[in-house]
Amino acid sequence: MISDHAWLIPALPAASALVIMLFGRRMARAGAEVGIAAIGVAFVLAVLVAVEVFTANVSAVAEVEAADTEEHALAGEQVASTGSLALTEAGEGEETAIPDGVEAFVNERAVTLTPLGDGFDIEAGIRVDGLAAMMFLLVTFVSLMVQVYSTGYMHGDPRITYFFTLLSVFTFSMLFLVIGNNLFMVLVGWELVGVCSYLLIGFWWEERDNSNAAIKAFLTTKLGDVGLMVGVVTMWAMFGTFNIGEIITAVREGVQAGGAPLDSGLLTFALIALFIGAIGKSAQFPLHTWLPDAMAGPTPVSALIHAATMVTAGVFLVARLYPVFQASQAALNVIAIIGAITLFMAGLLALVQDDVKRVLAYSTVSQLGYMVAALAFSYTAGIFHLFTHGFFKALLFLGSGSLIHAVHSNNMSDMGGLKKSMPWTFWTFLIGSLALAAIPPLAGFWSKDEVLAGALTAGGYTGNVVLILGGLGGMITAFYMTRVLYLVFAGEYRGAGHPHESPGSMKWPLVALAVPAVLIGFANLPFEQFHPTGFAAWTMFSLEYFEGHPAEFVLWLALGSTAAAVLGFVAGRALYRVAPAAERDPVLRLGLVTRVLENRYYLDHLYMGVIVRPLRDRLAVLAYWFNDRVIDRFVYLVGVGTQRIGQATYTYADQRGIDGAVNGIGVSANWSGGLLKFAQSGNVQFYAGAMFVGVFVFAVLFAAA
Amino acid sequence: MQAAFPLVFAALLFCVGVFGVLSRRNAVLVLMSVELMLAAVTINLVTFGLLAADRGDVVLTGQIFALFVLAIGAAEVGVGLAIILLLYRNRATVNIDDADLMKY
Repeated sequence: MISDHAWLIPALPAASALVIMLFGRRMARAGAEVGIAAIGVAFVLAVLVAVEVFTANVSAVAEVEAADTEEHALAGEQVASTGSLALTEAGEGEETAIPDGVEAFVNERAVTLTPLGDGFDIEAGIRVDGLAAMMFLLVTFVSLMVQVYSTGYMHGDPRITYFFTLLSVFTFSMLFLVIGNNLFMVLVGWELVGVCSYLLIGFWWEERDNSNAAIKAFLTTKLGDVGLMVGVVTMWAMFGTFNIGEIITAVREGVQAGGAPLDSGLLTFALIALFIGAIGKSAQFPLHTWLPDAMAGPTPVSALIHAATMVTAGVFLVARLYPVFQASQAALNVIAIIGAITLFMAGLLALVQDDVKRVLAYSTVSQLGYMVAALAFSYTAGIFHLFTHGFFKALLFLGSGSLIHAVHSNNMSDMGGLKKSMPWTFWTFLIGSLALAAIPPLAGFWSKDEVLAGALTAGGYTGNVVLILGGLGGMITAFYMTRVLYLVFAGEYRGAGHPHESPGSMKWPLVALAVPAVLIGFANLPFEQFHPTGFAAWTMFSLEYFEGHPAEFVLWLALGSTAAAVLGFVAGRALYRVAPAAERDPVLRLGLVTRVLENRYYLDHLYMGVIVRPLRDRLAVLAYWFNDRVIDRFVYLVGVGTQRIGQATYTYADQRGIDGAVNGIGVSANWSGGLLKFAQSGNVQFYAGAMFVGVFVFAVLFAAA
Repeated sequence: MQAAFPLVFAALLFCVGVFGVLSRRNAVLVLMSVELMLAAVTINLVTFGLLAADRGDVVLTGQIFALFVLAIGAAEVGVGLAIILLLYRNRATVNIDDADLMKY
């Protein structure tokens, strides 16, 4: 089974990172070729793994269907035997029974690293299932495209080897996070991607703003990471294991037994703590403020880390533990509400930005909000939106990188009329924008429709909030993307110099990403006949869930969301068809609303005023004083004391004691030898006399005896 | 027999020899003094041999040893005179105080 070797997928980028770091400078293309080759092989492996996993899942579904049909045929005669099978998923209350031995594909292999006993075992293991296989595909493909693209975008940068090393390290870290079979590995991968994100945001650290953005991103996500750590430890305390599979099994058994073994309050606490980690990493309200600033990094990094992969780690985590989250309705409600708030308010923020990358960044935050909100209702909707969004948002970011490369400015007020000079960029960017705006039949339409359908099916208070905000969010998305399209590609060129199409190494990744942006939506058509063979079946985490959530296609909802998108497009076209001067931009002339949006709801001011400044200006001073006067003094005294003791040891013990003894032996031997040498006079008669005296003395002594 | 006379005589002769060995500066005289000491020992051997015969032990050990001593003494004088002769050849003196190369 190829999935036995899935560990190679993260191992390859890790190896390439090492090789690039050590030998990259001497290579013809500064190490890029190694990174691209490694990730290319990893992508091929990811495809093979995905084929195996997806095929297995589809055939598992088919087996259940077959058993189901058979059961219906026999139902009249053998009620008793079917009754026992139906017990296994009594909670679902459906008629579909899952035969014994048929399961969703999971290939889990692990070695125990710390056999400490008492159940505190840290494992290094892989867990390959539909979700992991999907993430492999997304991460390796986007990483491959981004690395190819970077050879053009970063061409001539003095630290290009370092850049490619970090890209490989990042890819490894992300895949490590994805492949891990236990929460401890997830935590490690989580921190690793955070470090890579920090290093890459601050890649051009010569500019103060960039390093500030890197620090902000690191600290803000770190705040969430504390939550994650608390969550992981609480999980361990509850279940006595880090293993994801074991936790899921324990929760499922707990739920089937009526929730008795589960302390639901503690579980909710653990889940919300985990979700706080996801809030930080996936830039959810209120910790989303770091992501737009993270655009200070090179654009390929924005595409890879801050759009397609790392920021989806939070969504991935929730999806990974989906059955566990299902056990706590309170946690699901929190997720839904946070996601809904995020998707709506980030969409509004995207309206007033001039920096094209910031528009896309807020758009990313908004789409992450969709994913998170979707996970509260439907596993498939959440990860399907993650999957499609990864492709078209990477496409949009790489497209914006192509624009920036040509114009040498991030600002849309310096662009305009680029359709003529950059046709490839224009068409691919247009495809990405339409996919993002959820225009059928592009990828974004199917996945966003799935999200809204999930919310509609769930109903209730949270479902309706997500549905309404999601619908409005779709309109806003269409509006701001229309604004971007018109400001960048229509009208007259407003910047300096003569923009030109980007080189092939940047053009072809755009084309390669545009293909899935168009087609990938067809993987999960929301019709009943495609359901058992489509994306939902490929990536299901369990058959029970899969059977419990049949495909939904609500015609009025699809039409309504399309109409909302078209409305947003028409409004955008009406306002921006003739690109207005920057100061007459309609969205910047809304008075109070504009001011609030331009100041990002004053959240940054709030954080600076309430958290950063007091910490930095008071606590930091106090900490400095304490450090200087107490810790340093103590350390100083310890140092001085040690030095004194050493000096005394040197003087007394070593110099006088040991050296004195050694020298004394030598000196005394010398001295006594100097005296004794006179006995060796060379005078034979003296020797003879001495001998006679000796004999005489002995003779007397013997006589006396 | 009266053993006291030859024993006292031998002791005196030995003392003369010791005195000669320790005090003489001429190497030939030192060698001669050594011969005196050997002679004293020989007398002692013969004397004690006679004393043993008086007590009825029919052994000639003392006399035979005296002959050995004389023979060895003759050989020793040969070697000693040869050394002295070489000493004289090398240093033009037989003063024993000058032969002190083996000192510190």
